[in-house]
Formats: sequence, structure tokens, C-alpha cells
Amino acid sequence: MYQYDEHDQRLLDQRVAQFRDQMRRHLAGELSADEFRPLRLQNGLYIQRHAPMFRISVPYGHLASRQLRKLAHLARSYDRGYAHFTTRTNVQFNWPKLEDVPEMLAELASVQMHANQTSGNCIRNITADPFAGVAADEVADPRPFAEILRQWATYNPEFAFLPRKFKIAFNSAAEDRVVLRVYDIGLDLVRNEAGELGFRVLVGGGLGRTPILGEEIKPFLPWQHLISYCEAILRVYNRWGRRDNLWKARIKILVKALGPEEFGRQVEEEWANGKDGPNTITAAELARVSAHFAPPAYETLPAQDAAFDELLAGNKAFATWVKRNVRAHRQPGYAAVVLSLKKTGTAPGDVTAEQMDLIADLADRFSFGEARMLHEQNVALADVRRTDLFELWQAARAAGLATPNIGLLTDIICCPGGDFCSLANARSIPIADAIQRRFDDLDYQHDIGEIDLNISGCMNSCGHHHVGHIGILGVDKNDEEWYQVSIGGTQGNGTTLGKVIGPSFALDEIVGVIEKLLETYVELRHEDERFIDTVQRVGTEPFKVRVYADRQPQRKAAHV
Amino acid sequence: MSDKIIKNGRVVADDRLTVSLAEGEVPADIAVPAGPVLVPLAVWQARREELLARARSGEVGVWLAAGEDVAALADDLGLLQIVGLHFPKFTDGRSYSAATLLRTRYGYQGELRAIGQVLRDQFNYMTRCGFDALQPQAERYTDEQLEAAVASIDDFTQPYQRSVKDPLPLFRRVERGTGREVQQ
Repeated sequence: MYQYDEHDQRLLDQRVAQFRDQMRRHLAGELSADEFRPLRLQNGLYIQRHAPMFRISVPYGHLASRQLRKLAHLARSYDRGYAHFTTRTNVQFNWPKLEDVPEMLAELASVQMHANQTSGNCIRNITADPFAGVAADEVADPRPFAEILRQWATYNPEFAFLPRKFKIAFNSAAEDRVVLRVYDIGLDLVRNEAGELGFRVLVGGGLGRTPILGEEIKPFLPWQHLISYCEAILRVYNRWGRRDNLWKARIKILVKALGPEEFGRQVEEEWANGKDGPNTITAAELARVSAHFAPPAYETLPAQDAAFDELLAGNKAFATWVKRNVRAHRQPGYAAVVLSLKKTGTAPGDVTAEQMDLIADLADRFSFGEARMLHEQNVALADVRRTDLFELWQAARAAGLATPNIGLLTDIICCPGGDFCSLANARSIPIADAIQRRFDDLDYQHDIGEIDLNISGCMNSCGHHHVGHIGILGVDKNDEEWYQVSIGGTQGNGTTLGKVIGPSFALDEIVGVIEKLLETYVELRHEDERFIDTVQRVGTEPFKVRVYADRQPQRKAAHV
Repeated sequence: MSDKIIKNGRVVADDRLTVSLAEGEVPADIAVPAGPVLVPLAVWQARREELLARARSGEVGVWLAAGEDVAALADDLGLLQIVGLHFPKFTDGRSYSAATLLRTRYGYQGELRAIGQVLRDQFNYMTRCGFDALQPQAERYTDEQLEAAVASIDDFTQPYQRSVKDPLPLFRRVERGTGREVQQ
């Protein structure tokens, strides 16, 4: 993975020094709360419900084992022994002390980590395919481009005070694994007819209060122009994006108001001035950065392994885990493993210091010292020899990291919600917990099959509820927590937004609602049809009818 | 409280007045005081002939509000010696792009002054975008605080990006190691 040179390190050290001084001046009363706010946000520091929340960036989700150990150390020394992995491949601490954050930043900087621009109206952490470099369906490795763009976005002086936050993602494979169309800029790595590498550029996607899917404004941008073209997009947005209304300030509103065609035209016009200028990426720079992502020293292994097949045949629990949590790898004899952070009884995405240490150990022993965060809030070890899978499984299982539920009902995407987040309208963790407890039975889960259940505690949609096959959204009604349910959303290539099925529900109704949705599915499904396939075939009506048919009247009266 | 500004990295005295149009005031009617002033774009456009000589001598400069297009000044940048760009709030970043465009696209060489809510924690980004004069509101900093704030201009000494101050991005500005060399 990318290793800092002296320039990267100096910049990061200067950032830590800058924020240390800002915190000092804030505590001394020289920097008011209002003046301090955007500064602390751009260093990952929120003031939350119980305590500050500190959000650390993990660029394109890559973590080295020493970085995981540092996170474990921070969890023990400054927090309550755990951290939370988010849908944006960030890591959050919920209980740090305000005045400790500069020191936490200094500790992070010692392992080339930071909290750069993880909040605020600036360019946020850039995400990429978690299986970059190992997926068989990959066009090319997106990580060198993600790193080049990370450097361009980091402490960019022109774009630190945009109308609103700005998120960029890279897809690089036949199958979209980053939900590309919900990003402000979606960069789809493709080859043109001549076999040259470039990007299909989408803009204006986003979830939140007004969910919109990104639209293509350029079918093919040669890779050399990645920076100059993104700069043109950002400049048009920074100058002309709305600033009068927080809820209409994302680029998606500007793109919708102008239309993608006119927005694209304005970008082209702006780009004409920067194209072929100094921001053009040189072959030497791409080669330099790409060298950091060279494949690890794989062994030459046979594609088939009798001992492994024997273990698989002889151990049902292991076989189930392999089926759900292990993915194919392009290198013969290797596999990519997904460690589940979705064990029933644990908030989705929460991971203890001990687990982080263990993941670091497992990465060192089995996967060249690296782990990767998934936007589904799980962790992957991307380069594991198949002959090591059994040993890895045993170690992971002992630590509660081997729940064989990847892609199943209890593999819930869930934001921290009202238990922690001051933006939330409702709690989300208790909903996830109730659903996980009710449907904990693995045979049932396997019968139901692949299903994405996503929960957000408010319209900001950190839990991606719009693109869940089942989406649950916390809403506030007269200071009470209510939950709106949608179905039919999907992520991936055919990303679609779910449809709300009707009036919202009380917390204690939700499990019953999910039961009815699943019953309806089981009754209506054709063979080999997933929940989402059935919804797409029959529509939402039968589900709606079933859910509301025998709903208690007083509930209806309570909330429309 | 300080009525000084930072110019080219040094704290200097400054008595330039920023003229604003109060509600109901018409550009053609307002008094433009004698001595160094910055006038709003609308005043400049309405009274260009009258103010031309004072603009050439540097006594009159023009300031743009955050939403105003810098293209409106394109034809006058050869004669203007001072242009101000306003920050209505320090979180309104439009003037960073305006400054960048003035310096690069339009080749403006004169003084480019940040006015409005100008805070020391943005000095580095402002100077990188081409501002050479930074004018915090008079009540915001004491003289001592302003002297101390000059150091903020150098918060980042070798940034990643190309900007007005650094015409080349880092990968063209310095020799960087290859991955193999830096990997341990």
C-alpha cells in the first residue's frame, strides 16, 4: 500500500501542528466556537450527544497492521475500548476528550494516518473498490488514481469551503462495489476502444434528504486529465453551487437545476483552460504511485487443494463460512476473506481494541500485513492462501469475527444513530439489534438468502437506507422516534432508490414489519429469486398490503 | 484592536476605506471619499469615467462580492492596481476560486486583497490562491495577535497542489521517491 515519503510526512506533521495551535487558541478563548467549528470538523472532530466524536480517515479503506494496532491503542488510551467502522471507510471514536484530539492526531501521524477533511464542506475521504488488485472482474487498479486524487484534495486551498460536503468514489470493475451513483463525483475506470485507460465521469449523485443518482457527463476522460477535470467540476460547483440553503447546497442540486448536459458543458468550458496544463498527470507520477500498489509476493500455488477440499467436506460450519465470507481471488490458490463485524449483540461496524489487534495479527500472519474496510462495515483480508483459511477461520471465530452472514439479513448496514449522533432523529442500533436477535437463526437466514437491510437514524443517510433492499429511516414526529420503511432499493450496477411502503412505525413494530415482508417474499418467490428480484417482479403492493393489513388502529391514529 | 493589514507577509498600516452600498443607496449617487478607497463593482461600473484617473494612480480599487463574476473586471485589470474580494463569512469559499481565476486566467498582477471575515486560520489557503493582502476586520485581532498570525501563512510549506503560489503540483515541483525505494 501507499507509503509516505518525506513530503507526505512533513505535510501531515504541519497539519498536526496547525491543529494543535488552533485547539490551544480555542481553549484559551482566542478562537470562538463558531470560528473553531469548521477547523475542528476538517480535522474530524464533532461535538456530539455525549462527548466529542472523532472521525479518522482511511483512504480507500486500506489499513496496514501497524495502523490497526494504533487504532486499538487509541481505543484503549483515549476511548472506551472500541471503535466504529463507517460506510465511508472511516473509523469513529465516540468518547474522546476534546483536548486529547491533537495528541491523537500526532499518534496517528506516526503511522501515516490522519483525520483530514473527514467532515466539513470540503472534499472528503475518497473510496474505491475494496477488492482492488485482487478482483477477477477488475479493469485496472483504481488505487494509484485514488491516491493521486487524495493528494490533490488534501489541504487544497481553493476547495476547503465549498457550499457543502463533497464525496468522490472510484469503481474499477465490471461489478460496482462502491455504490458509484450515489457520489458527488463517481469515477468509473474503463478502457476505450483503443484499449486506453480512462474514466467515465458521473456527477451529482447523493443520498440524504433528496436522493439523486449521479449522471454521466463524460463518457471517457483519459487518465492523464483526472486532476484537471475534477478541478473544473469543483470550480464550477464552488462558484455557482447554492449557499443560501443547507439542504440545497450539494452539487446534485446544481446539476439537477442546470441539467447534466448544461452542467457538463460548463465543466468542459472551465476545463478547456486547465486541460494539458501542469495538472496533467505524468506517466512517471503514475508509475511512482503505482509501484506502491504492486502485487504482494504471491506463492505459486495449485488451483486445487485436496486437503482444503477435505476440510470443506468434513466441517459444515467451516463450509458455511467459506460459502458466505470467502471470495474468489485472481491468483490461483488465494482467496479474499470478509471478517464480519455483524455478530448479533454488537452494534454493526463496532470493533473492540482486542479485535483490531487480532485483525492486525491475522493480517500479518495470513494477508501480507494489510486489511481493507468495506462500505458494508466489514473488514476484508484480501490475499489469503486457501490452505490458511481453516486456521484463519478458527482464530476469527474465537474472536467473534467469523459470523457467516455476509450479504445476509443480519449483515445490516447501520449508522450510530440517536444513541451517539446529535444529527439523528431516532436511534438505529436498537433496531439493528432487535432484527439481528429475531432472525439470528442461520438456517433461516440462508433460506431467505441475499438481502441488504440498511438503517439510517436520519435523512443524512449514513446508513444508506435508500439503496437497501429493505431500508429503514428514523424520523422524528412530535419528539418521538418513528421509522419509515422502504423496499426495492439496490446498490451495485443497477443502483435504484427504494420506495417508501407507507406510514411509519414505532420501534417495537419494526421486527413485525420485517417478518411480514419476509413472509410475503417466501410466499411469492420463484425458485432462485432473491428478495429484491421478487420485489422487482411483483412490485411493492403485495408487501404493502401484508404489512398494513392487520396493523393496530391506534398505531395508525398515533402517526400518519 | 488593529487597523493594520498583512501585505506580502508583513504587518503594515493601512488607511484604505472600503465603500459599501447601504440599503437603498444607488451607485450613481453615493459619495466616494477622497484618499485610498475600495469601491463596489456596481459603483465602478456606473462611474468608471469619473474614477478612472484615481484608479490608475492606485487610489481607487474595486471590490467584488462573493457572488460576482470576476469576468466583469476582465477589461479593467490592466489599469486597476488593487482589487478586493469579499468574504461575507469565512466559510463562504467563492472568493478562493475568484482569486485563482484573477491571477491565472486573467493574469492580474496588482494587489489582491481579502476583505470581510478574514481570519488567520485561512491565511495559508488565501495566499496560496493569490491574495497578497489580508485585511481582517479591525475588531478581530490586536496588533500582537496579528503579528503572531503572520506565521500562519506558512502552515504548509510544500503543498501537494498546484496553486497561484505554487504553479506546479508537487509531483512536478520536486523529485519524489519511487514506491520501491520507500517501502520498508
